[in-house]
Amino acid sequence: MDISTDMHSLKQEADIYLEKHGLPDRKDEEYKYTPLSKLIEKEFDSVVETVDSLASGKIEKIIPGWKANRLVFINGQYRDDLSVIVDESGLVIERLDNSDQISQKEIEQYLGQLAEPTSDPFVALNTSAMTSGTVSKVEKGSVIEHPVHLMFISDSSQGKAKSQYRNLFIVGENAQVNFVESFHTIGDEISLSNSVTEIVVSKNSVTNYYKLQIENDGEVHVGTSSIKQLDTCVFNAATITLGGKMIRNNLNITMESERCEANLNGLYLVTGKSHVDNHTAVDHKYPNCNSNELYKGVLDENATGVFNGKIYVRPQAQQTNAFQSNKNILLSDSATINTKPQLEIWADDVKCSHGCTTGQLDDEQIFYLRSRGISKEKARALVLYAFAMEVIDNIKIEGLREYLDERIAERLG
Amino acid sequence: MLKIENLEASIEGKKILKGINLEVKKGEVHAIMGPNGSGKSTLASVLAGREEYEVENGSVEYLGDDLLELSPEDRARAGVFLAFQYPVEIPGVSSTNFLKTAINEVRQYRGQEPLDAVSFLTHLKDKMKLVDIDQSLLSRPLNEGFSGGEKKRNEIFQMAVLEPRLSILDETDSGLDIDALKVVSNGVNQLKSSENATIVVTHYQRLLEYIVPDYVHVLYNGQIVKSGDKSLALELEEKGYDWIKGGSEVTA
Repeated sequence: MDISTDMHSLKQEADIYLEKHGLPDRKDEEYKYTPLSKLIEKEFDSVVETVDSLASGKIEKIIPGWKANRLVFINGQYRDDLSVIVDESGLVIERLDNSDQISQKEIEQYLGQLAEPTSDPFVALNTSAMTSGTVSKVEKGSVIEHPVHLMFISDSSQGKAKSQYRNLFIVGENAQVNFVESFHTIGDEISLSNSVTEIVVSKNSVTNYYKLQIENDGEVHVGTSSIKQLDTCVFNAATITLGGKMIRNNLNITMESERCEANLNGLYLVTGKSHVDNHTAVDHKYPNCNSNELYKGVLDENATGVFNGKIYVRPQAQQTNAFQSNKNILLSDSATINTKPQLEIWADDVKCSHGCTTGQLDDEQIFYLRSRGISKEKARALVLYAFAMEVIDNIKIEGLREYLDERIAERLG
Repeated sequence: MLKIENLEASIEGKKILKGINLEVKKGEVHAIMGPNGSGKSTLASVLAGREEYEVENGSVEYLGDDLLELSPEDRARAGVFLAFQYPVEIPGVSSTNFLKTAINEVRQYRGQEPLDAVSFLTHLKDKMKLVDIDQSLLSRPLNEGFSGGEKKRNEIFQMAVLEPRLSILDETDSGLDIDALKVVSNGVNQLKSSENATIVVTHYQRLLEYIVPDYVHVLYNGQIVKSGDKSLALELEEKGYDWIKGGSEVTA
């Protein structure tokens, strides 16, 4: 992509912000529980960004079986040989650094506008680089049969890996599409990925967006997904984390019109020393919009979790329905969760609620199952599986649901 | 089949069972009655293996094995079944999936092949008739949102499905209206055979009109203070538990 003036000024803005603020430290309220900067400085200071990947045999194995328009990136590099587009009509997927059918003007209309460089230091870092990623556009009225699946693989088998991705999805009026972003690791060394995704959702469209962190044990990840619901439309999201060293997911939804609906689901099922932090924000700016949020967590061993859910209901956003729920099960004494609902409501005629629960597995439930001949291990797995499935059942892609189902069942034994 | 000798058990340091002796032979129905707090439910819980109870003394022999040495799941697999006083709701776990897992674990323990899908469903349908429950119940999460009567019927249904040797019904009559009570009792009676045994724990005589016991034991203050045949239940109904407690005054 030629660097246009707009893009140039965007990067400049990011650089200035970074120079002034740097990466967040522990005093930063937004990153209080997730000391990413310290870890990044310690581990990734001298890592070259795009290390060639040699682990080709292993990659085929992690590409899932469900059919998709799939673009594969390894350590920041696009891999044409592993990518496939199956839906030809109504959908354009291009690389950010090589766009052709989607005009520069259209890209600039949105890029950096939903996730502003000054909104978050990691967004600034990402904007400053803006080297690798995709732009996708779903044409007006198109229903895209297969999901658009972006696979981001960190291959640390040759040493620490570091990559940044920038993605823009533009969903036209009356269109319907599923987007999936999944993060994976290969290799034993630590890896870092920093992604920013912007999704523009137009009138009467339905967009499902799933972010997956499945096979990513050595991964340090920070990502921001910013969604703008331009007009009456539906946006559904699920963020599923089954591993990772330190994970931070920001999901920001802004409703720019009346009668928008957003459903946010999350599941984190982690063990070992994994740290998972989900920050969500839903901004109700207009009347008659609904948002529904359900985040569930199962934390074992020394895993730590953070949930922060912001809901803003602006003064004119009357008749808003906004619900939020965060439920956690801690399986060990050393697992922890910090959960913080943050509702800021300026309108007076609204229905808003939030709730969070944190507990252990229910001994009564386990005893009941054991008293029917089911082993203790299986009883635990049954109860946890059911707990997790409440989130997975909301996923609209059948193949993906089965894929996750299998992995979760496997994980729970 | 079951031989309890001098069983003493406590919870959180408080002694509840203070020396129970009871022998149950196959083919028999025993009723254990007693006022609230006498230790009836504790006895049922200790037999099923609830871990918060501590057995301090005594022994329980079941089919020649030391029952107290077995985990709750192994007791179930060996044929002990507890119908819960308060069946537990397990959100998200479908009744069918639960039953399939349970039945196959039991079969595996007994050295039998797991049931295939068709035989499993046939087995369920047979047993559903016994307690007059609707098939739609199978697709619902286990006990979640069930009415009190549905929960109790579901207990007896599970009992029918798992085909235990020794069934312990813990206050199965509590909260049941007379119609549900008849359905539940009818189910229990149909499952009765010369090879299995039933212990009915209850506060009231009412259930024993439908499930007729061979023996009635009165539990009071952690001990069996009186045993007899079914007429003892009627006597208790008439005279109340104070007759047992005080041993002197009778207030009915």
